[in-house]
Amino acid sequence: MTDTVQALPALIDASRQEIAAATNLEDLEQIRVRLLGKKGSVTELLKSLGSMDPETRRTAGAKINEAKQTLTAALEERRAALEAERLAAQLAGDAVDVTLPGRGQTIGGLHPVTRVRRRIEQIFRNAGFEIADGPEIEDDWHNFTALNIPENHPARAMHDTFYFPDGRLLRTHTSPVQVRSMEQQKPPIRVVAPGRVYRSDSDMTHTPMFHQVEGLVVDEGITFANLKAVLHGFMRELFEKDVKMRLRPSYFPFTEPSAEVDISCVSCGGSGCRVCKQTGWVEVAGCGVVHPNVLKAVNIDPERYTGYAFGMGIDRLTMLRYNVNDIRLYFENDLRFLKQFA
Amino acid sequence: MKISLNWLRDWVDAGDDVPALAHALTMAGLEIEGVSAAGPKLPGVVVGEVKSVTKHPDAEKLNVCVVSTGKEEFQIVCGAPNVRVGMKAPLATIGAKLPGGMEIKRAKLRGVESFGMLCSARELAINEEASGLYDLPADLPAGQDLIEALGLDDTIFEVNLTPNRGDCMSVAGVAREVAAARATPLHAPEIKAVAATIQDAFPVRIDTGGSADAPVGCYKFVSRVVRGIRPNAAAPFWMQERLRRAGLRPISAVVDITNYVMLELGAPMHAYDLNRLSGGIQVRFAKQGESLKLLDGREITLTPDVLVIADERSILGMAGVMGGEDSGIGSDTVDVLFECAFFDPNDVAGRGRRYGLITDASQRFERGVDPQLQERAIERATHLLLDSAGGNAGPTVVTRASRSYPAAPAIRVRHSRIEHVLGVKIEAAIVQQLLTRLGMTVSGAAGEWQVTPPSWRFDIRIEEDLIEEVARLYGFDNIPEAPESGAHEVAPWTETRVRNERASDLLVDRGYQEAINYAFTDAAAQALLCPEPAIALSNPISAELAVMRVSLWPGLLAALGSNQRRQQPRVRLFEVGRRYSASAETEVIAGVAAGAALPEQWGSDARKVDFFDVKADVEALIALTGASDEFRFVAESHPALHPGQSARIYRGDRAVGWLGAVHPEHTKRLDLTYPVFVFEFETQAGLTAVVPQFEEISRYPAIRRDIASIVDEGLPVEAVRAVVEKSAGSLLKRLTVLSVYQGQQLQKGKKSIALGLQLQDTSRTLTDSEADALVAQVVEQLGRQLKATLRDQ
Repeated sequence: MTDTVQALPALIDASRQEIAAATNLEDLEQIRVRLLGKKGSVTELLKSLGSMDPETRRTAGAKINEAKQTLTAALEERRAALEAERLAAQLAGDAVDVTLPGRGQTIGGLHPVTRVRRRIEQIFRNAGFEIADGPEIEDDWHNFTALNIPENHPARAMHDTFYFPDGRLLRTHTSPVQVRSMEQQKPPIRVVAPGRVYRSDSDMTHTPMFHQVEGLVVDEGITFANLKAVLHGFMRELFEKDVKMRLRPSYFPFTEPSAEVDISCVSCGGSGCRVCKQTGWVEVAGCGVVHPNVLKAVNIDPERYTGYAFGMGIDRLTMLRYNVNDIRLYFENDLRFLKQFA
Repeated sequence: MKISLNWLRDWVDAGDDVPALAHALTMAGLEIEGVSAAGPKLPGVVVGEVKSVTKHPDAEKLNVCVVSTGKEEFQIVCGAPNVRVGMKAPLATIGAKLPGGMEIKRAKLRGVESFGMLCSARELAINEEASGLYDLPADLPAGQDLIEALGLDDTIFEVNLTPNRGDCMSVAGVAREVAAARATPLHAPEIKAVAATIQDAFPVRIDTGGSADAPVGCYKFVSRVVRGIRPNAAAPFWMQERLRRAGLRPISAVVDITNYVMLELGAPMHAYDLNRLSGGIQVRFAKQGESLKLLDGREITLTPDVLVIADERSILGMAGVMGGEDSGIGSDTVDVLFECAFFDPNDVAGRGRRYGLITDASQRFERGVDPQLQERAIERATHLLLDSAGGNAGPTVVTRASRSYPAAPAIRVRHSRIEHVLGVKIEAAIVQQLLTRLGMTVSGAAGEWQVTPPSWRFDIRIEEDLIEEVARLYGFDNIPEAPESGAHEVAPWTETRVRNERASDLLVDRGYQEAINYAFTDAAAQALLCPEPAIALSNPISAELAVMRVSLWPGLLAALGSNQRRQQPRVRLFEVGRRYSASAETEVIAGVAAGAALPEQWGSDARKVDFFDVKADVEALIALTGASDEFRFVAESHPALHPGQSARIYRGDRAVGWLGAVHPEHTKRLDLTYPVFVFEFETQAGLTAVVPQFEEISRYPAIRRDIASIVDEGLPVEAVRAVVEKSAGSLLKRLTVLSVYQGQQLQKGKKSIALGLQLQDTSRTLTDSEADALVAQVVEQLGRQLKATLRDQ
């Protein structure tokens, strides 16, 4: 029996080499069974302890148990290593080419005019304005007369109006929404009204349908100075640039004083380029203090209330914002154009 | 309007800094749109006098001329047929550069030396239409620089006038603005009365304003006879040149003078051939149906609100708009009747435009012409005519209407109101000064003035008009930017609508590109797709844009087609916009999809888009409302759609949209690649939303049961779902269509629908036997109501 015990170091050495040489978990398991299984050689040695005298049993038992622990540890260590190898191999097999494109639907995009319209709406909302709306097929009253443009007024000649046989018309500007807002609510009024407008004009720089946004504020104590502040703030925010602004006296029948709004060219910064025709300024809006006749037409007392109004071409602002050089592209719906604004 | 700076300088000190002047006018409200030189730069080109002309010894068409510059004489070979001895013509001397880039050098033409070149107006870029040598006025001094001699060292302002400033439609008017804007005096050229040398006058009667409320139309008619002018005389060269610079073509002395006076003073004039008039002049409103033959040869029929000038025989012209053909100045006219009248803007406005006539006269009259100007204009014209065409003038005759034109009343201006409107305090003395500069008469104390506008300002009627005048002269730049004070009211921001932005974003995220189409379209093309009545424009821009759209599909399909033709086979477009009927405009969100279901990519089948892809997009829109169960898709037919693949979308009982495949006949006709799917969905009715309300989450497990039932193939799944939902009751939490099968394993005319039922109770754990009982109940109802059988039986 002591022979056997004495042979243990050799067994441990041989087994260790065998364990280390195992290349897969299945081989390792076979080694474990051979050593530590029910009929394994180490197990058999332990079973044989019963037939020994107590003194021998104690020393041999300790040695055999020690050998068992050593081998168990060796097996465990090897098993962990082989499992790690196996996982690594499996992961290596799962690897993908991460540079391949993703699959599925891709996103489309908004029309550039819509992008800018949304910016305009949001900027004014942040400034306390509500979004208003009105019909595109208008009556003469809202489009002209209530805006202090009576029949035969020369200003009507500047609006190439589309008419319907019943006398109605396609609104030539978003200004009728001013009138409708004032008919529907009492001051204080703070609205912007974006939408489609129509003029019988079609050439390189005009389309018969285009987009405007109208702004109207009516309250006590509203002044031309307030108008300047809100417009300048808006322009700076829309273009995210510290643009300069100047107001040029002009004429609109529904505002007085009236002004055209120029901003320093967003393309060249004012030094002169193709966009601003070398002037350093681009015209972007019309504005003014609401004419007392307009307030009277909707039963608002012009002595108590004053207001300002402005109107801008969204298509034009969009051209300036995104450097679009041909207004007609907006309505051709060419995907090669539209996809540039996604 | 074009204004010559040299002409302007006759009236006011315009200064030397041209850009500064242009800027000052622009910032005062007279937008200077363009500044250009009146003529080209022509160094080395002088006035030449042709001293002799001899035939070239060797060339049929050439002449050898001696041309003098006063100091020197040059031999010039010239090919122009109109060269003659004594002629003054432009001489380009050696070294001169012509606008075309040609540099004049000593040259030999067929053996004869030439020391320069005689030029045409075209070669000098002065007049593109001219041919032959430029025949200069004989009084130009030989040797003088040509540009200087012609007065072409001038600058032309292109003024963009607003329609309220009729008073600026003249040199005098612009000069007044310069004087006001720059606080410099106006020095109007003196106009002296021309004494009558004959006593001839032509009778004039104003037959309007009979009753107190009848319109007067013409308040004053100033006329003058000039007899014995040289027929067909030309206006002096300087006048022709000024007319040209204003964009008018010189015609004859009489016509040019009326135009000149109009451009200078702003008073339109008319000249008649006295011998073509009969009886007397009558100013009156037209009779219904009366006709007039215009100077341009057209014959128009007039209405009784049109003011006319007539003689005993016929109507001579539409007052303030255009003269007639028969009474105008001809090449043989020797006796002239000048007219300079004041017409009420209200009785002229719009009349010409009605007949497509927008003339220099009508533009001025409908904006308002100074009613005090006519006598001066007649004196000016008479003086100019006698100077350039001779003749003898009769007395100036002023005929007035029965009532006089009401003088503009004084307007109250409150100092406080100026600040109230502008938001800036302008000192009283400055206000007074600014208004005075504009020719206003200001009286009263500071704090409240009485202001009377000058006779030429028709646009000044109320206090705000004057506040505007103060503001523009004070300078908009000098008004500060002042943010509004105080908090604003809380604006509405509802959760009960799906905003259009959200709906658009959803479609964008699902691969759609937003389009914007015109709201008008081609009537016939639209009617083929959508036959509902479309409202037509009275004055469409073209036949393709003649009626309002009744659907967004025609536009989207056109956009699809043009993209497909541009090698874009996969197209998904949507648009948010209105469709129009006689009684309503309805906003819709509409889309079109064609080509592959997914963008071309690796690892997935290139399947074409189908009905259910697009239905999923529409269902996603619907899901945004939080009320999907209010919506139904019902098989209904639409002229634009494939009869087997079209659904009307209902919300409750209200139809809110359509979805379907475009009918193959249409895709073929429109040259579209089949299949094409479209939808249209009303935003108002379709996108009202439900504000979510929390429901208790069940803590008990759910049980899943699947059933496959066989029904007639024509039975919609919706009918099966309805029976299942009704018979399963509140324990049914989710019902899913798992598959639909039709084929060999089934009897012909039948289909199998597999449904997954998720059953759950909120207050206890459902047992298997309860679930089985429920399913049995569902199966029984399916059998009873739809004659459905279970597939595995």
